[in-house]
Amino acid sequence: MHHIQHIPLLNSIWFLLVGILLTGYAILDGFDFGVGILHLFVKKDEDRRILLNSIGPVWDGNEVWLVTGGGALFAAFPDAYATVFSGFYNAFMLLLVALIFRAVAIEFRSKESSTLWRQSWDIAFSLGSFLAALLIGVAMGNITRGIHLDAQGDYIGNFLDLLNPYSLLLGITVVALFAMHGSIFLVLKTEGELQSTIKGWVPRLIALFLILFLAFNVATIFECPDLVATMIKRPYGFAVLALDIAAAISIGIMVKRGYEFGAFLMSALTMVLLMAVLGISYFPNIVISMPEPANSITIVNSSSSHKTLGYMFIIACIGVPIVLAYTVSIYWIFRGKTRLGHVGY
Amino acid sequence: MSVEILSRIQFALTVSFHFLYPPMTIGLGMLLVIMEGLYLKTRNPLFHQLAHFWTKIFGLIFAIGVATGIVMEFEFGTNWAAYSRFVGDIFGSALAAEGIFAFFLESGFLALLLFGWDKVGPKTHFFATCMVCLGSHFSAIWILIANSWMQTPAGFHLERITGAIHTRLPNSYIVQASDLGHVRAVVDNFWAMIANPSSLNRICHVVFGAWLVGAFLVLSICAWYLLKGRFTTFARTSMTVAACFAAFTTVLQSISADATARGVVRTQPIKLASMEGVYETHDYTPMTLFGYVDTKNQTVHGPQIPALLSFLCFHNFKQPVRGLLSMPSDEFLAARNPGLSPEELAKIRPNYWPVVGAVFQTYHLMICIGSAVFGLSFLALTLLWKGWLFKTENPIIRFLLWIYVFAVIAPQLCMQAGWFTAEMGRQPWIVYNMLKTSDGLSRAVQANQVVFSIILFALIYILLFITFIYLLNNKIQHGPDDDEGHHTKAIGVSSDASDIAEDLFSRKGRASHQE
Repeated sequence: MHHIQHIPLLNSIWFLLVGILLTGYAILDGFDFGVGILHLFVKKDEDRRILLNSIGPVWDGNEVWLVTGGGALFAAFPDAYATVFSGFYNAFMLLLVALIFRAVAIEFRSKESSTLWRQSWDIAFSLGSFLAALLIGVAMGNITRGIHLDAQGDYIGNFLDLLNPYSLLLGITVVALFAMHGSIFLVLKTEGELQSTIKGWVPRLIALFLILFLAFNVATIFECPDLVATMIKRPYGFAVLALDIAAAISIGIMVKRGYEFGAFLMSALTMVLLMAVLGISYFPNIVISMPEPANSITIVNSSSSHKTLGYMFIIACIGVPIVLAYTVSIYWIFRGKTRLGHVGY
Repeated sequence: MSVEILSRIQFALTVSFHFLYPPMTIGLGMLLVIMEGLYLKTRNPLFHQLAHFWTKIFGLIFAIGVATGIVMEFEFGTNWAAYSRFVGDIFGSALAAEGIFAFFLESGFLALLLFGWDKVGPKTHFFATCMVCLGSHFSAIWILIANSWMQTPAGFHLERITGAIHTRLPNSYIVQASDLGHVRAVVDNFWAMIANPSSLNRICHVVFGAWLVGAFLVLSICAWYLLKGRFTTFARTSMTVAACFAAFTTVLQSISADATARGVVRTQPIKLASMEGVYETHDYTPMTLFGYVDTKNQTVHGPQIPALLSFLCFHNFKQPVRGLLSMPSDEFLAARNPGLSPEELAKIRPNYWPVVGAVFQTYHLMICIGSAVFGLSFLALTLLWKGWLFKTENPIIRFLLWIYVFAVIAPQLCMQAGWFTAEMGRQPWIVYNMLKTSDGLSRAVQANQVVFSIILFALIYILLFITFIYLLNNKIQHGPDDDEGHHTKAIGVSSDASDIAEDLFSRKGRASHQE
């Protein structure tokens, strides 16, 4: 791995901040992706409307975390932004298509009553959510594993190279993770028959995620020896990983005992810890180059100037608390069970 | 086709389509604030009905704006990686600020705006409407700051990176082709970057344009209601608000247009000369009303008003507008192309001009249609003032109302034409006088990948546009909900809402009461 003598504090702070934004994105858009993935498994039209309305007021704001995360990466580590986005060109174009379709499907679906219309947008919403989750996972898998970069830091390889088994495994794992997270969110937002149906899915989704997650960890040992080596140098990483698995298991227990909100928080915690493990084993790299680690992109060789990192830190200190305050207020206003009314989808 | 041309086509396609929607939400957002504000002030349920209906239209437009907007955020990195590396220090921070200050604000409070009617009180709802409107304006402001920096860079210096060593380059340094990948722009002064020489002019010009887009959308739908004799009370009230707003904005836009033109001649003289097809430098420079540029003979054909361009650019009839044949300067050309003889430099000069014929046409399209928008705004206000606008039995008024129905595309065309003028007029530069567009591309991306994504976006956007028009039409046909009766009773004000509307706005209404 590329060795770096001195890492300025601001660069580390921005590594953390970009990580926080992307984790926030995974937690928030994660549950509405999950709702989308499960959407087609709910059959009744009224129930599907409840699903859409459960995320109706918030999906839009959730997606802003991705836009802001991308913007923060651009501002803090422009070389990493340029490499990742141009290197994953086809994958990101497909991701955009998925995000566009799912966004407009939510808005369009209930505007017409014909079955064909609703069926089509239901499929667009669900497939879009599935594809977006899968692609995000595949992209993360490739970052974890490392991609082939040239001396200028540009990706050399093609789209098919990105679809390697390891990255596809993480793609499926992320789909399972979001489906699980979304199902718990739906348990919180629904009631009656619909809720009991979804409650039945939760343990199976948790089991599915845990199996895939363990498989992914085993695969990582073989596929990414460098990351494992870093983890061994930072043994607290294993403690975080153990906590992560414990958090995932506790979701099942909490759902069984009826602590729905606790289960949702645990599901979110699972994601935070997952990202933390990745961050611990990855720091200070942003994109590892394989098989030429010397070309790796790090938080030092890809960063903006000290001045910009400083200005951006001030902007984050002003902006983020305000954003968090009104985001929490809005979630609070729309708390409780989703019921169909005269406003909504 | 080259990756450069393809990437430019893709960017133009995706940004033009996206740019149909945010101006509508910015303009409609302002009108929502006015309508809901009037409701809070008067407690007249009619204004509640207005706000409720236009909010639904707003929601539909907003969704497509968001869906197509994410593409833009990604595209700098996917298609313009070298550009992203060159400007990331500056451009990236404006984009990130847009995310934190604008996108979160508008999408967060949008939840309350669309779904919060029963969840929160009218004052909180009004606050949410204001925040959504403010958010969409912040978004315009930040993205225009970023784009204006590409037009008129300020508050930065260039640095050369060799390994881990960063060397500051002198202010007069002119980037050479060989510097690619080793030189980047770095911020010196954040405020100077934000307040770069074209920021304020361009923010005002675009935001006022967006207000007119919103106002004309409302005018169009309401004119149609009046012609069909449906929801007439609702339509009259909406139209009154929109017509006043349009006329008010027109005044602001006139001031802004003047300031923008004078700014461009100062900061981007090559762009201004291209907009008017000025090749030679003469005193009393004329303005061409319409026509075409004969690029071969370097002259313009069409009716001209003597000295008008000089006056518009400098507020002085005599001062000449500099022609393209003397720009860019010999010194600049020599610095960019060391070792060339003066004759060779003169020969390559046109390589540093945009496509003059195209910039001329988009600019004149904006001017011509813009003038029509100004005229229609004042005509609407005059007719309203005289109490004639709603006399639908009069054939002349009917004819005029039909014009307003179709005039919805006029400000949209202006926005697009103006944007094409600004962006094509900046060519061949992606960052003015610093980085060429052809040097900003992604090295990792091949032409076939861009062809694939262009086809993908073209198909999706056609589908989206058809669906949007279909659903918008449905909403218009359905009209405002009539379930506002309970509000009338609950608040206990007069149920004869039309009287109140006339009282508030129409001079004729007031006059008839006095009689």
